[in-house]
Amino acid sequence: MTTTGIIKGIIANLVLIEPNGPVRQNEICYLSTGAENEKLIAEVIKISGNTVFAQVFDSTRGIQCGTEVVFSGSMLEVYLGPGLLSKNYDGLQNDLDKLEGLFLQRGKQAYPLNDTQLWQFEPLAQPGAILSAGDWLGKVPEHGLQHIIMVPFNWHQRLTLQWVAPPGHYTIQETIAILTDHNGKEHPLNMVRKWPVKLPMRAYRQKLRPQKLLETGIRIMDTLHPMLEGGTGFIPGPFGCGKTVLQQSIAKQADADVVVVAACGERANELVDIFAEFPELVDPRTGNKLIERTVIIGNTSNMPVSAREASVYTAMTICEYYRNMGLRVLLLADSTSRWAQALREMSNRLEDLPGPDAYPVDLPAVIANFYARAGMVELNNGKTGSITFIGTVSPAGGNFKEPVTEATKKATRCFYALSQRRADSKRYPAIDPIESYSKYTEYPEFAASMAHIAGNRWLQQVQQLKNYLLKGKEAADQINILGDDGVSIDFHLHFWRAELIDFVLLQQDAFDTVDQLTPLNRQQFMTGLCLYICNQSFMFDNFVETRSFFKKIINALRQMNYTQFKSDAFNSYANEVNQLINLHLALQNN
Amino acid sequence: MKLKPFQKRITKIENITKATCTLLANEIGYEELALVDGRLAQVVKIKGPEITLQVFAGAEGISNYAEVVFLGQAPSLVVGEKLAGRFLDAYGRPVDGGPNIEGSETETGSTSVNPVRRRRPNIPIFTGIAGIDLNNTLVAGQKIPFFADPDQPYNEVMATVALRANADKIILGGMGLTHDDYLFFKEEFRRAGALNKIIAFINTSENPPVERLLIPDSALTAAEYFAVNHKENVLVLLTDMTLYADALAIVANRMDQIPSKDSMPGSLYSDLARIYEKAVQFKDGGSITIIAVTTLSQGDITHAIPDNTGYITEGQLFLRKDPETGKVIIDPFRSLSRLKQLVIGKKTRQDHPQVMNAAIRLYADAAEARTKMENGFDLTDYDLRTLQFARAYNQQLLSIDVNLPMEAILDTVWQLFGQFFHKEEVSVKDELVNLYWKD
Ligand SMILES: Nc1ncnc2c1ncn2[C@@H]1O[C@H](COP(=O)(O)OP(=O)(O)OP(=O)(O)O)[C@@H](O)[C@H]1O
Ligand SMILES: [Mg+2]
Repeated sequence: MTTTGIIKGIIANLVLIEPNGPVRQNEICYLSTGAENEKLIAEVIKISGNTVFAQVFDSTRGIQCGTEVVFSGSMLEVYLGPGLLSKNYDGLQNDLDKLEGLFLQRGKQAYPLNDTQLWQFEPLAQPGAILSAGDWLGKVPEHGLQHIIMVPFNWHQRLTLQWVAPPGHYTIQETIAILTDHNGKEHPLNMVRKWPVKLPMRAYRQKLRPQKLLETGIRIMDTLHPMLEGGTGFIPGPFGCGKTVLQQSIAKQADADVVVVAACGERANELVDIFAEFPELVDPRTGNKLIERTVIIGNTSNMPVSAREASVYTAMTICEYYRNMGLRVLLLADSTSRWAQALREMSNRLEDLPGPDAYPVDLPAVIANFYARAGMVELNNGKTGSITFIGTVSPAGGNFKEPVTEATKKATRCFYALSQRRADSKRYPAIDPIESYSKYTEYPEFAASMAHIAGNRWLQQVQQLKNYLLKGKEAADQINILGDDGVSIDFHLHFWRAELIDFVLLQQDAFDTVDQLTPLNRQQFMTGLCLYICNQSFMFDNFVETRSFFKKIINALRQMNYTQFKSDAFNSYANEVNQLINLHLALQNN
Repeated sequence: MKLKPFQKRITKIENITKATCTLLANEIGYEELALVDGRLAQVVKIKGPEITLQVFAGAEGISNYAEVVFLGQAPSLVVGEKLAGRFLDAYGRPVDGGPNIEGSETETGSTSVNPVRRRRPNIPIFTGIAGIDLNNTLVAGQKIPFFADPDQPYNEVMATVALRANADKIILGGMGLTHDDYLFFKEEFRRAGALNKIIAFINTSENPPVERLLIPDSALTAAEYFAVNHKENVLVLLTDMTLYADALAIVANRMDQIPSKDSMPGSLYSDLARIYEKAVQFKDGGSITIIAVTTLSQGDITHAIPDNTGYITEGQLFLRKDPETGKVIIDPFRSLSRLKQLVIGKKTRQDHPQVMNAAIRLYADAAEARTKMENGFDLTDYDLRTLQFARAYNQQLLSIDVNLPMEAILDTVWQLFGQFFHKEEVSVKDELVNLYWKD
């Protein structure tokens, strides 16, 4: 029997309900508003005595005490199946393109998949096979990739494949396989799966350590602070320092099979940027349009706050689904602070005892559990799949000593700290090269993999770059205190070597069609060139000469960044660099 | 506010605070309006039969036996073409002595635009103020505040921007406006002959602070009417959003909410975003652009109000007094229009992005030279020239009293380049230098 209930109180998006039967934590319930076709979705977030507290994923305007609530018996679930790619969803997986009208209407839902479209199915398992949750039954092509149809992820027993559909065209609702359980009961399956978003999907054999570079084409990341396939990282930064631009560059350029972008409590116009660009841009690796590998989950800052939390879980669940197909998935969430703030608003209304900055006491645990859903896994069939997760954090007042930044730092392995000072001086991306880190550089698996891809000397070279940057920073501090004339010429040389690395390798124009994406081989080339220059024992008479020499060289090197790799123009700038070096060396040795 | 039949009347109030009162009633809708002793109030909490009302004008002098009448509806505004040219109070009642507005009653605080129904903003708004048009170009559908200390002429700049922006309607939402500033706006709009396209919702510093909370919703409901129904380009001016946030804090405090940073409610980000996100460019024409004012206290942008605002808006315009020339300028370092990329060099002359960046770079060099000078270090010839450049740049371009068309702004920059620098010092693409360099 379904449980129903009566509303006893309303405080913004929180409703208090008196139920007439059993209710589960995180169960979904529906509020009838009286208006036609209007059913508000709410999620149980606390049960206390005979009162159920539920957060409504919509405006509660006009709701009265005494309103009837119907409990669904299940938690918040998403639909999984072919057709997710290139869709624009809201945080509850409503298909935004299917919703009518200019304005979002309260209580309206739009089915996320398409029940009538035909998909070209091909079986992957033979009748008689013994299968368990997550095992592969068949595949359909979805844009550029093979979308695997799997055994439902929550089945605990082993089942026998009794029948599988022959190759052909099917809708997602048609039966494509029949499994029998040990009692001989038949379970017909179509292509649609459902999964409760708050529960991690664990239909894989084991978790593995990340080892392989996730190439992004962003030099300061790939070279200095690499993200790995199946890794976790975050980008904290004050407003306007480039979190969104950086994430969008990663979304465009990263070497992943599927990219899920969760816009969580941020600007609608930034989603519109993606809507406008991704259908036009081509993924250089596959030749497909970027939109074809992308799923967008948009809960912008003006959409119901309570659905913000749902949006990141919806996004993660879709990632887990594609990971189980043996794909490399990338999840980007902007901004996880907005999600934490939504939790804070709700815990405030629940009158829970507040933790630091009025955030819920269990915030660090919530964040850690969420990041833990990312990672590299070995599937039941021995293949691997990965979810790389990079979130942004928007610290209040730009101060990293606040609960969300601190909790996220503990839960992740890469830290891309955006610095106000770098952003102010337009040194984009404003990632602080010294504060930031990738813990993966300490992984022996990564070193081995990198040696294989980039040669044995690569990581040593990277370390050299880091040393030059550190020395440059120390020199800059001394020059600031003592003045240009107050320090020896060596300090200026240290300073300018670091400036060269900064201007040529670290800074990168996200809006220039050439500079925005630097493949690893080009990064290696430029790193080699910069180190070659830094390793020269230049001598100068005074600091003005040092400055003007390095400015000229930096200028030529930057021109190289703006031209096609190894094109005539590129080579002629490279020549110019060599001439400048040789000329100076010749002069100083005379 | 018309009275409707079957309105619920209660004559006993259980609990009264400065801005709220609590009473027992049944069948009351959340966010429903009521009149408490004739003052407008709204349901902010329902717990069993206990209803908490936020009284916009404040609860001073209300008796616990006052009459409470529930109106059976959420806040609304009568919208129609007749709104044009009118000055109204926070409740949408005329304060200009004119007749009541005719039109259709519309609930304020509507839901958000479906993001897939938005168009990417791409129409520049020119203001003649070079510090804006050159370095921080505005785009229709953008939301951007002025960050200014209270002693700066932000309302004057905003009025200038509004009048030059070539909008179909200008909607002024005044919150805690001084009476003098209210009269200033009125006079400016009258003198410009623009009264017929102005709609003003005014809460002055003489009105109760909580009433301010109604202003943005009313202003934006009117804006949506003209942008959606008439496909007009609407410019909404909100001044001062800091006072709006202060009013939010008052109510949150009365409701015993746990404050977060700077005594502001934990929901400040969402509360402000709900307002600013109304800025939109619709696909079939029609747009809402929001220009706001956020006053700072001693230039502190880490305070919760400007901080949350910065995280929401698409850039900010910083007003600063240049000590050398004594002029108020748009600070090129701390100001930012995030949408400018969508138009500069595309809807403006091709040299715009490079010229803009080169000038700011040289201006930054000047700032360094000034620090050197102040620390008693020797200046090079280049340092001296950057200082001269910065002075001219402040006076001829950044100052808020500049009024130039876009082309003339770009030409002026080239002229300053030629006056103070060699070509290679400016480091602009050769192809542009060949076209525009002025010796
Ligand atoms: N790599 C880059 N190259 C060029 N410009 C950049 C780059 N990164 C950021 N910018 C500039 O900085 C502006 C702000 O960047 P962005 O919107 O990414 O900031 P944010 O950190 O996401 O801010 P918020 O927290 O307010 O969302 C951009 O509009 C752009 O002008
Ligand atoms: Mg952002």
